[in-house]
Amino acid sequence: MSELVIPYRTEPHPVTGVTSGKLGIWLFLASEVMLFGALFSSYVLLRVGVLQEHWPLGVEAGLNVPIGTFNTIVLITSSITMVMAWASLKMDNVGAYKKYFAATIALGLLFLVIKGFEYGDKFSHHIFPATGWPGAGDPSPFYGLYFTFTGLHALHVALGILVNLWLLIWGTALFKTDPECFTGRIEIAGLYWHFVDLVWIFLFPVLYLL
Amino acid sequence: MSDTHDELGFWRTYVFSTDHKTIGIQYGITALVFLFFGFSLMMMMRWQLAYPGEAIPIIGGLLGESSVDKGAMLPNFYNQLGAMHGTIMVFMGIVPLAVGAFGNFVVPLQIGAVDMAFPRLNMMSYQAFVIGGIVMLSSFFLPGGAASSGWTSYAPLSITATTGQTFWLIGMIFLIASSLLGALNFIVTILHLRAPGLTFFRLPFFVWSQLVTAFLLLLAFPPLQAAAVFQLMDRLAGTSFFLPSGLVVGGEPLAAVGGGSPLLWQHLFWFLAHPEVYVLILPGMGIVAEVIANNTRKPLWGYRPMVYSLLFLGFLSFGVWAHHMYMTGMGTTMSTFFQITTMIISIPSVIILTCLAISLWGGAIRFTVPMLFALAFLPMFGIGGLTGLPLGLAAPDAHFHDTYYVIGHFHYVVAPGTIFAMFAGIYYWYPKATGRALNVTLGKLHFWLSLIFMNGVFMPMMFEGMAGVSRRLFDPTIYEHGAAVHGLTMMTSWSAWCLALAQIPFIINFFMSMRKKERAQENPWQATTLEWATPTPPPHGNFTEPPVVYCGPYEYSVPGAPNDFTPQHVKRES
Amino acid sequence: MNEPQYGWWLPPDVSVNGADIDFMIIAIHWFMLVLFIFWGGFIAYCLVRFRERPGHSATYQLIEAKWNRWLEIGVAVAETVVLVAFAVPVWATIKNDLPDPKQDPTVIRVVAEQFKWLFHYPGKDGTFGRTAPEFYADDNPAGLDDDDEAGWDDITVRGLRFPVGKPVLARLTSKDAIHSFKLPVMRVTQDVVPGMEIAIWFEAKETGQFQVACAQLCGLGHYEMKADLIIQSPEDFQKWLDEEHDALGLDE
Repeated sequence: MSELVIPYRTEPHPVTGVTSGKLGIWLFLASEVMLFGALFSSYVLLRVGVLQEHWPLGVEAGLNVPIGTFNTIVLITSSITMVMAWASLKMDNVGAYKKYFAATIALGLLFLVIKGFEYGDKFSHHIFPATGWPGAGDPSPFYGLYFTFTGLHALHVALGILVNLWLLIWGTALFKTDPECFTGRIEIAGLYWHFVDLVWIFLFPVLYLL
Repeated sequence: MSDTHDELGFWRTYVFSTDHKTIGIQYGITALVFLFFGFSLMMMMRWQLAYPGEAIPIIGGLLGESSVDKGAMLPNFYNQLGAMHGTIMVFMGIVPLAVGAFGNFVVPLQIGAVDMAFPRLNMMSYQAFVIGGIVMLSSFFLPGGAASSGWTSYAPLSITATTGQTFWLIGMIFLIASSLLGALNFIVTILHLRAPGLTFFRLPFFVWSQLVTAFLLLLAFPPLQAAAVFQLMDRLAGTSFFLPSGLVVGGEPLAAVGGGSPLLWQHLFWFLAHPEVYVLILPGMGIVAEVIANNTRKPLWGYRPMVYSLLFLGFLSFGVWAHHMYMTGMGTTMSTFFQITTMIISIPSVIILTCLAISLWGGAIRFTVPMLFALAFLPMFGIGGLTGLPLGLAAPDAHFHDTYYVIGHFHYVVAPGTIFAMFAGIYYWYPKATGRALNVTLGKLHFWLSLIFMNGVFMPMMFEGMAGVSRRLFDPTIYEHGAAVHGLTMMTSWSAWCLALAQIPFIINFFMSMRKKERAQENPWQATTLEWATPTPPPHGNFTEPPVVYCGPYEYSVPGAPNDFTPQHVKRES
Repeated sequence: MNEPQYGWWLPPDVSVNGADIDFMIIAIHWFMLVLFIFWGGFIAYCLVRFRERPGHSATYQLIEAKWNRWLEIGVAVAETVVLVAFAVPVWATIKNDLPDPKQDPTVIRVVAEQFKWLFHYPGKDGTFGRTAPEFYADDNPAGLDDDDEAGWDDITVRGLRFPVGKPVLARLTSKDAIHSFKLPVMRVTQDVVPGMEIAIWFEAKETGQFQVACAQLCGLGHYEMKADLIIQSPEDFQKWLDEEHDALGLDE
């Protein structure tokens, strides 16, 4: 394909002050905010729609707060390593970048594994999305929300891991020919990753603590 | 690399192309096919309405036993046709045509860009659209048929419906993903890739309309995405987001947790679907503005107020959704709020229409085929807008809610409104896309027949609605007030079939003109905007040299200028 | 009872609130018509006067129109008047002025299901029996609790009847899908949402025999979900109640 030169791929646009890719990811995140915004609004609407005593606290519903807290720390740490990976590229240190970026991916996987164990624990106690709380008499759809919210979030984490893996294994070669472009890609992957992290920081207290 | 251009294989050139013009044409052809298919579904419904219980001629025998009984339609099949007609027309017809086709083909050309900002994303957006469309259509072959709970898919009915509804939801998720990718691409393209000198207030009005539309798609679709995920969970995983406790369906208690809210679905759905209405109409307004400026040979009257109105419309369209829900039992505080916002949102539409009308004053009006469609858009959209008034007020809505008046109202907006604007666009840009001109006589025949029969279809619906006849009735003559207007129903049906015949000149014109030997002129309409500054049809990369813009979009009949049009890329001697 | 006349315009109106609604509908349509004729006339005039012809060319200078301001302000004012003077107060009456017991309303519980209506009257004692979803059965369409004596004299029928000249308080509920309770001649439409009980009121000013319709797609039998609507004089209505009561056979 004859390569068209599409401007503002690596250099920031004078009006918006960012590259096209960065503007694109910000717009994408804006739509993600609307997606999760709709989820949280639905949560509020459903919660005020049932008897107050029929909506469990996370602990009452058997959610494991220590494990949830640990998972929060895992995700926040992965965000830090993500920043370190990007900063290493900025300083031209590809070796450090690889280490930090691999750590980010590993921490993301760890998060999913822990989440998987949490799900497994629920299933072994016969708790499924279709389970109501409390067991009898006008129950609330708490577990449905729990599984849908965390499931959708886990899907976002998994997609992030796939993209990051691709960038780490096949993408890094670009750094030799076009370092600016590749650093930009890592920054964009980082913005997405921080957003996913941020969503969890809202999800965790809403589901586990409130 | 650059000289390998011509060696791209068939697949890369026509199927997996990343060129915005090819993708635009792919979108256009696919959307027109879907539009015709959606129209055909409706023509079958019109038979049942005009001749209830009689065998459908010709095709009645070809349909399966689950759809027809001795050639006569069954209620279940009627509901499938209704739901799929709405879904196909809105999500697979108009939006892909207005945004995917015209947006893709015209916007980069009009802003002087070589392509969209993210060409590969653009291709993925089209592919997601095709996948979504195929999933939707394939649902007709499922046991139990396609989705049958209306295009609005109100819960709990949709949750207890057949597998077709699951396909509907999965199809929607693909269509939404396609729109999101497209919208993001348009915004970045318009913000970043404008040619030097092309400031915001030199943008053609069509580009503005696409920019606002893209923001609406980007921000309004995700809540429906969330709602679709919830409904899928309800259907597949047994959750009950939209199912209240104590449902008894068909005499059996429904095995569900309960505790959910049927109205939650409606809130999420209409939060998208009201901005969606503006997604359907704004690109149409943009095309009409282009065509009117070009054919009056003078600048648009009130360009800036029109742009501000557009922005205001887009912004406010997020605050009117619950006017679709007055009859769900909402309190007076909420309904007062939504009645006020609904009345306010009518004002910018009035401003835009009035500006377009005043733009005619002082022109030298050429009655070309695109101009005829654009001119017809004004009164037709006017009727659609005006009939929205009684519907926007809760008390009259107590009579009109879910009657044919509603159907007439929104069809006047999207059928003789948006679809006429789309035809204006097709006749206007066809020479640019193909390098051949469309036949004028066939075009005029197509216009006049379409205008007559469009009104023949939708005007009777207003009176049926006045009489109180509900929509989505398999056989309205069951009611006394429905039987009284059966004459009107017959008129609508016959007009609809004639409207289909009226499209034959268009189809012939569309394909025959492509094979003409004679080439169209580079700038057949003597237009000013940048898309006419490229070779015809534009090559890969669009412009032979990067354009620079020196003036506003509609510099027609400038005193002292050599021609009656001054293109944006031509430097004027001071 | 007079035979209702249906045609190509609004159906007969037998409701005390109907006149207000009909007035609004007709007034708004006159407003729409005036606006459309003025505005369409302007376009038509432009098309003739400014058509392309030899010796005529377009003017670059835009006219300084002021009247469009007045048009836009006029539309805004008209909408505000309709909103403040009619739409909001009329709707508030319809929604909020639920009859209190002093007005002695006819109380009816309406149960919608695929694809029929059920009308539930409290019977002689004026009290509804306890109802719950778990009691719904083919021979107990209203979901009455057999242990509750208040329900033993309740009347459940498939056609809606109420007396003229007295407010009706209807409590709407649905078993399965969303239905919509529509009485065209009463200008009443109210969605019936499962999981909710929605109270509405209306009052007839004339007797007659009409129809109840379902106005929300509720499945494949939606189109045939109609019921009779009989508005009677208070005496006739009482007579019907007595007959229904006797048919229950409680006194034996």
